[in-house]
Amino acid sequence: MAAENGASTMELINRCLARRYRKERWFRRCGLGAVIVTIGFLGILFGSIVVNGWSAFEQAEILLKVHFDPAMFDVDNLAAADYGGLVKKSLQRMFPEVKDRRDKRKLNKLISIGAAFILQNHIIHDTSLIGKTLKIWLPVDDEVDMFLKGYIRRDVPESERRLTDQQIGWIDRLVAGGLLKEKFNTTFFTAGDSREPELAGIHGAVAGSFFTLIVTLTLSFSIGAATAVYLEEFAPRNRWTDFIEVNINNLAAVPPIIFGLLGLAVFLNFFNMPRSSPLVGGLVLTLMTLPTIIITSRASLKSVPSSIREAAFAIGASKMQAIIHHILPLAMPGMMTGTIIGMAQALGEAAPLLMIGMVAFIADVPHGFTDPATVLPVQIYLWADAPERAFVERTSAAIMVLLALLISMNGLAVFLRKKFERPR
Amino acid sequence: MGRRTEVSVGFFLFFLLILSAGAYMQGKRKAFSLSRLADGRGGKKPLHSLPGYYGLLTALGCLLPALLIIAIWAACSDSILTALTLQTLPPALQNLPPDQLNLLVNDLHNLIAGHVAGRDIRPVLQQAAERYIAMQHLARLLLAAVLTAVALFSGLLVYRRIRPEMRARNHVERFIRYGLIACSTIAVFTTIGIVLSVLFESLRFFRQVPLTDFLFGLKWSPQMALRADQAGSSGSFGVLPVLAGTFMISGIALAVAVPVGLMSAIYLSEYAGNKVRVWAKPVMEILAGLPTVVYGFFAALVVAPFIRHVGVLLGLDVSSESGLAVGLVMGIMIIPFVSSLADDVINAVPQSIRDGSLGLGATRSETIIRVIMPAALPGIVASILLAASRAIGETMIVVMAAGLAAGLTANPLQSVTTVTVQIVTLLVGDQKFDSPKTLAAFALGLLLFVITMILNVIALYVVRRYREKYE
Repeated sequence: MAAENGASTMELINRCLARRYRKERWFRRCGLGAVIVTIGFLGILFGSIVVNGWSAFEQAEILLKVHFDPAMFDVDNLAAADYGGLVKKSLQRMFPEVKDRRDKRKLNKLISIGAAFILQNHIIHDTSLIGKTLKIWLPVDDEVDMFLKGYIRRDVPESERRLTDQQIGWIDRLVAGGLLKEKFNTTFFTAGDSREPELAGIHGAVAGSFFTLIVTLTLSFSIGAATAVYLEEFAPRNRWTDFIEVNINNLAAVPPIIFGLLGLAVFLNFFNMPRSSPLVGGLVLTLMTLPTIIITSRASLKSVPSSIREAAFAIGASKMQAIIHHILPLAMPGMMTGTIIGMAQALGEAAPLLMIGMVAFIADVPHGFTDPATVLPVQIYLWADAPERAFVERTSAAIMVLLALLISMNGLAVFLRKKFERPR
Repeated sequence: MGRRTEVSVGFFLFFLLILSAGAYMQGKRKAFSLSRLADGRGGKKPLHSLPGYYGLLTALGCLLPALLIIAIWAACSDSILTALTLQTLPPALQNLPPDQLNLLVNDLHNLIAGHVAGRDIRPVLQQAAERYIAMQHLARLLLAAVLTAVALFSGLLVYRRIRPEMRARNHVERFIRYGLIACSTIAVFTTIGIVLSVLFESLRFFRQVPLTDFLFGLKWSPQMALRADQAGSSGSFGVLPVLAGTFMISGIALAVAVPVGLMSAIYLSEYAGNKVRVWAKPVMEILAGLPTVVYGFFAALVVAPFIRHVGVLLGLDVSSESGLAVGLVMGIMIIPFVSSLADDVINAVPQSIRDGSLGLGATRSETIIRVIMPAALPGIVASILLAASRAIGETMIVVMAAGLAAGLTANPLQSVTTVTVQIVTLLVGDQKFDSPKTLAAFALGLLLFVITMILNVIALYVVRRYREKYE
């Protein structure tokens, strides 16, 4: 009876076990699946951006033979000459058979309107060119560029295409003659924003980001470090310091856009600071990143062993001297790591800057803290909204630049941590 | 404050720094010579502090009063000069109603800054601007003189008081300490600033639109009439459709992020080997470090068209700005928040509890589900709340990929809007600052702040209590 009972219990347990093990395997696979799904998402995200964006680093250019006829130029006012006409004339000389006015206009559409400005710059910088003939690579219109990159397909009906059959014929002839090809897109790195994709670049946005981050870095590091030192080393434990701490923790989780509202109401409307400027952007981002920096700096101060402090006191250092000469240098790598992470956060943030007018269309590259400017993430947002196909790849390329900057900043943080981490 | 003021402030600061560097050297030198005297003759006392502290004190004496003057200059030079300029205008212009006077002042400032507007400039105004610039020039010269005098005088005052028995170190340290205290209050001032700025503008909004209409209204269309007599476009500010959209998108995001984040946290902390963990965790953290514009672009360019395509294949009517696509991408964004917080909480559960359960013959999954999860539950709830607050306040993804029209719908395939989208659309672009349309953005901001604040406070409270339990 007992044996029979035992066997059935064993059977029961064994049957149960099989089920439990199945469940166990299933659960484990679910976990692995979750990790794979997450990493897969990351892969798709990166993949789609790279696939969309790599072609933006090339831009089609056309080789024009431009004759600078002396009759065209007035030496006292070089900028006033008709450079647009010069470009059109040079282009039409390559296709002498195009006579009809409407066809000529179509032909002119192939080349970017920026080509005239490039010629203008050449002449203004080097007046000896007048009277000579120059062979020069000039950017073509973004539609031509898109066609060459395969985004405008030949096989769609002509009426649904942005380029006519005639234009495609010209392009084919130019390509066959080696006069039209894809070259490295330097404009993308040297120009400010533009309504024309082929003339748009990220230099303005990068400069804006740079000035904004300089403001953020100076203010948030000094204020963050000072706050952390006070709270960690000096502050008595009382209601007031508790209140400060609760505030810091709460601010860390306040949505960034709220800081933008603060900047709009306080910095712009109350203090009348200049709109769209890196100064205000930097102030807003300072307030946003301060909690991060304070929290990491405090952790890093906390990790300095108290023996260091006591040793400093023992040889007669005052509290301030112990902190400045001994504790801060030891905590500095950790504080810098925190600051860099905060800066990376600030570099990628766009939402609060939309509120303080950094979304305006600004074609000039900013040269100071109060010039109107935009920043890289906002530039990405602006381009993502643009209807032209050529802006899609430029958006992706700008994202790649932004990610490269972020990766190098985080790499620097990791490097600092590794380099200064010492056994304690 | 215009660009000119900025430049002059920067220049004066630089000038002051040079002055105070000189003061530092002088103070230090005097302290050194005093200490040499003390060494030479027995009658003099030795220095109380290191010579550098005397130098620092002199530099502070030179710097602080002058800094105060610069701050006052930066704050009110513009308004004083403007008032002075306005007084010189013909009385007809001076007696304009306030709003027209404001316009005039604006024009004046534009002229001064050199942004010449397209319309013709009144010669009176042109003259006024020139007068302003001349006065500003004079005032700047005056400021430079006053600054130099004050800095030198106060620096000299400290310099003359340097004695061996002067407690220079204590004085300097007291100043540094005050500086530290001042810095630590900035967090508090930020909170106060947020609350006041959002609250103040919201109150102005609620004076025009009743609070009950805002909170319980079912229609959101913040278009204001352009003319007073225009019919049928007084604007309605019922926030419920906007909130519904926000919660739907956040809900979808959480539905994605919580299971995936939780399961990956469990896998990485309970199952994965060391090698996998070392690689997988940082890779997942990358997702948290990506700028949100990148997600927004990804949602608008890849996910939304994909979902629309799938929907068309299934015969469904899917909007190209569907809440589903936005929520999905936002979910991906908050996976690492859930997983890293959950990971911390799971690791905080003592090993002895785990060992006890395994020792009784439970499988790992049974241990996790029946023992670790209940123990870690408060922390996990807190992490979900934090993720929810993050999702509700997220801006760029929704601005780039969600819709603008606020329809009250429960269908995730339709276009919905969120609080943050509305704030951005109401505030980006030029508007009159006191129209209900602009003020509505601040009311929405207040709502957003309150909601996320409540979630955060609950989460932080739970985390704090939970931590105490195991420590």
